[in-house]
Amino acid sequence: MKLIFEKSVPGRHSSLLPPCDVPAFELPETRQEPLELPELCENDVSRHYTQLCQRVHGVNCGFYPLGSCTMKYNPRIDEEAASLPGFTNVHPLAPKASVKGSLEVLDLAARYLCEISGMDGMTFQPAAGAHGEFTGVLLIKQYHDARGDKARTKIIVPDSAHGTNPATAAMCGYDVVNVASAPNGCVDLEALKAVLGPDIAGLMLTNPNTVGIFDENILEITRLVHACGGLCYYDGANLNAVMGHVRPGDMGFDCIHMNLHKTFATPHGGGGPGAGAVGCKAFLKEFLPKSALMEGEGHIQVRGFAGNFLVVVRALAYLLTLGREGVPEASANAVLNANYLMQKIKGSFTPAFDRVCMHEFVLDLSEFKKETGVSALDVAKSLIDNGMHPPTMYFPLIVHEALMLEPTETESKETLDEAAEVFRKLYDLAHTDPEYMHAAPHHAQIGRPDEVAAARNPVVRWVKA
Amino acid sequence: MTINPDMKYTKSHEWVKEEDGIAVVGITDFAQDALGDVVFVNLPEAGDEVVAGESFGDVESVKAVSDLVSPVSGIVQAVNEELIDAPEMLNSDPYGAWIIKVEQVNDREELMDADDYEAFCAEEG
Amino acid sequence: MGSYVPGTLQERQEMLRAIGMEREEELYADVPAGMLLTEPLNIPSGMSELEVRSKMEALAAENKVYKTVLRGAGAYDHYIPSIVKYIPAKEEFLTAYTPYQAEMSQGILQSIFEYQTMICQLTGMDVSNASVYDGATAAAEAAAMCRDRKRSVTLISAAVHPDTINTVRTYCYGSNTELRIVPCKDGKTDLDALKQMLTPDVASLVLQQPNFFGQLEDARAIGEAVHAAKAMFILSCDPLSLAILPTPKELGADVMVGEGQCLGLPIAWGGPYLGIMAATSKMMRKLPGRIVGETHDDAGNKAYVLSLQAREQHIRREKASSNICSNEALCALTAGLYMAAMGPEGMKEAARQTTAKAHYLQAELCKLPGVELKYGGAFYQEFVTVLPKRDAVLAALDEAGILGGLPLGENEILWCATEKNTRAELDRAVAIVKEVLA
Repeated sequence: MKLIFEKSVPGRHSSLLPPCDVPAFELPETRQEPLELPELCENDVSRHYTQLCQRVHGVNCGFYPLGSCTMKYNPRIDEEAASLPGFTNVHPLAPKASVKGSLEVLDLAARYLCEISGMDGMTFQPAAGAHGEFTGVLLIKQYHDARGDKARTKIIVPDSAHGTNPATAAMCGYDVVNVASAPNGCVDLEALKAVLGPDIAGLMLTNPNTVGIFDENILEITRLVHACGGLCYYDGANLNAVMGHVRPGDMGFDCIHMNLHKTFATPHGGGGPGAGAVGCKAFLKEFLPKSALMEGEGHIQVRGFAGNFLVVVRALAYLLTLGREGVPEASANAVLNANYLMQKIKGSFTPAFDRVCMHEFVLDLSEFKKETGVSALDVAKSLIDNGMHPPTMYFPLIVHEALMLEPTETESKETLDEAAEVFRKLYDLAHTDPEYMHAAPHHAQIGRPDEVAAARNPVVRWVKA
Repeated sequence: MTINPDMKYTKSHEWVKEEDGIAVVGITDFAQDALGDVVFVNLPEAGDEVVAGESFGDVESVKAVSDLVSPVSGIVQAVNEELIDAPEMLNSDPYGAWIIKVEQVNDREELMDADDYEAFCAEEG
Repeated sequence: MGSYVPGTLQERQEMLRAIGMEREEELYADVPAGMLLTEPLNIPSGMSELEVRSKMEALAAENKVYKTVLRGAGAYDHYIPSIVKYIPAKEEFLTAYTPYQAEMSQGILQSIFEYQTMICQLTGMDVSNASVYDGATAAAEAAAMCRDRKRSVTLISAAVHPDTINTVRTYCYGSNTELRIVPCKDGKTDLDALKQMLTPDVASLVLQQPNFFGQLEDARAIGEAVHAAKAMFILSCDPLSLAILPTPKELGADVMVGEGQCLGLPIAWGGPYLGIMAATSKMMRKLPGRIVGETHDDAGNKAYVLSLQAREQHIRREKASSNICSNEALCALTAGLYMAAMGPEGMKEAARQTTAKAHYLQAELCKLPGVELKYGGAFYQEFVTVLPKRDAVLAALDEAGILGGLPLGENEILWCATEKNTRAELDRAVAIVKEVLA
């Protein structure tokens, strides 16, 4: 497909603005470089983006069992709410009295999310999950600093954690202490005890963990960290498993981020925008970020203004829809769907941990690869030929040849049955025609791209021939 | 896998060859094979200090990044600028594609000779 | 209550039985006793879609939508073409994940590649990333990418947007590095003071063009001073203004950052917005976040991929220079679409009309007795006036459905105009101010 620049015709344009009705003003210095943007009429633009749209796979196109990403259905009513002019046409620095609706949206969303997470305070300034992690760990840093405790220079992160956790700790100036997981993917209590001490600022953990298992020692883990003076940070990536059943605050966590674009059904937009609501216990509330211009100096701030407001609007519409009954129902069905799919796939592929899982599970294809030569990557690419988005690959790092599946609660039994059938077919195919799978996908937009060439000789923009 | 008999080796799979007070450092055939296609090398600058056992840069493949650990302590005399444009040299000619040259060498990691390194790789492999 | 769970009760029972369970509670058997909630959540009962719509409409109705907006300060009410509102709402764009699976994501990848190219064309820089959260975080990330072992101090002009300064300060607090504020003189960065502050430990300067007070900085001279001290020059620009103002490349920037909201995104009470980051090719591998690259597939067809991933947190973990993962991809798509819909002439026209309207408003306001221009330097879209009865002026405008400029200090207002404001609107606003001051 041609690039939009290659469709440009000099002189072509849309008529969007009226003639200027005030005198022109000449600025003292102007741009000398030509401005080489594409020149198109509106129909050209519309067709171009529609063609692009046909080369995108969204949740609305088909099954998206991407582990750790909670690709659930994104309700249309949430989109409509977020496009109401009363929300879109409001200036962030408009007087407080004129934005009562916006303030109430934040207030309601904060109240509901505090109740779901077991926290006392909430901010919506962080724009994404990793941004929420950054904010949360800065709460921990400020807490220790405010007490004059400068000796705490380390953050504990399990080796099964998302890459954002260690990267966040490093951005917050901490040394990362990696703790090996126990064979069941949970925190190894002895390994944890061995690193605890007066130099530990805190622990970053997700529960259920990244292999989809609820860590039954969670109270002991948070107790141990608190006993050494550290705080506990909950990575909300996996909250969709437990909403309305267990609360991170009751597990002993002091602060948390929630991905509104996962758990609370706001769309991923091809990579963003998301929103990373950060909650904390009462003793950390004074450290929450604020906007210098909206609320005055003296607080940390992680982004301009109040955050990705329209994402919060969508999440609130979702929360209002589900309510007190629907929230726990969503989680229970996310867990049910994961267990059902694991059970159906178990006949062919092998789960890394053969036990009841939470909202997601991990397949370990290392034996399968030895047997057939077909890798997790080959299976993932073959799924594309079957109209399914591949699961998360090669994560967590503690499982080799990992495929991580998270079906979410919004998929029906038929979808799960069909997916299991596709897995079974691919399992058989690997034994009869592994070569075919090494070369997959065969029916996609492109074959496997040469990523080595892309990285060695980066071409990251179009240049006029 | 090839091992050059004239060089000394680290447990993190760098080679070092000392001549006339200059230590030349690169990565081994074993290392390049484990990394896969090298796409970029982060190099120090001439004049930087390197410390035995500590990272002085890293090599990137598409899906991994690996620290370069200095076998010696000293001052970087030269870096192989060719690697910036042609990182694939580390794959095609690991013992020819040196990465840094270190002068004023004043300390060394525990180094293996070729035989010991071969045994070490056999264990790791 | 509402629900998006498709399974009927009967289906759920079948599925439970298939996994060897009788009751739903067994799914949570791993959760230690005593931790499971025994009471329902203390939130309202769920609602039908119709009820949710009414509730959300009622909340939106509690916000006041001004017919005329003369306030900017980081959020600019420009015209958004219809097509720019419509296309990003297509469900495929909306509901797709990050395009890690290139074979089924060429549309998103190409849209980002085109966005990156347009940002390069607009700014003159060599390379752009796929976006970060907003303009403030872009500045903070840029400061981080300019630091090294020898130089760790960041300088920032006091004339940068206060939220950006505070955000950069927070990121510096995180990384245990120092931020120093360069003072202003007459609403612009004090070049003499800056020269004194450019010590050998300084990694970079963050400057905003036009600055928070609307003034056009002498950015070229400032950039030269920064480079003379071997530090990096980070320039935060209003991207629409670059259709007519000198590009960051022409002004000597090493890293360009900016708030992309003005490129087709609604002001939306602060977000989602778009963090733009572009740099010289020398800085490419230090750029944080995703970057789309062109390559080919195994049959030789052109293909786009997320490239240079070894910079990022999912590979580099604690050694990554940023933890960014999700970005503002759909906002980047929107900005690219906006630039395509406007075209080069439309972009220039919007910027020209913006500056013409702002200067008209300034001239008309300053004709009124008691109203004075605070800073005399050249400006693009915003300017500060000193005037008596400031709060009464703003209240009278508010009454008339006009959001006046942003109050600053004791008796100052930071005004803003865009191409959207008609002469009649501006005249009406000036007439109201005149009446209050009479």
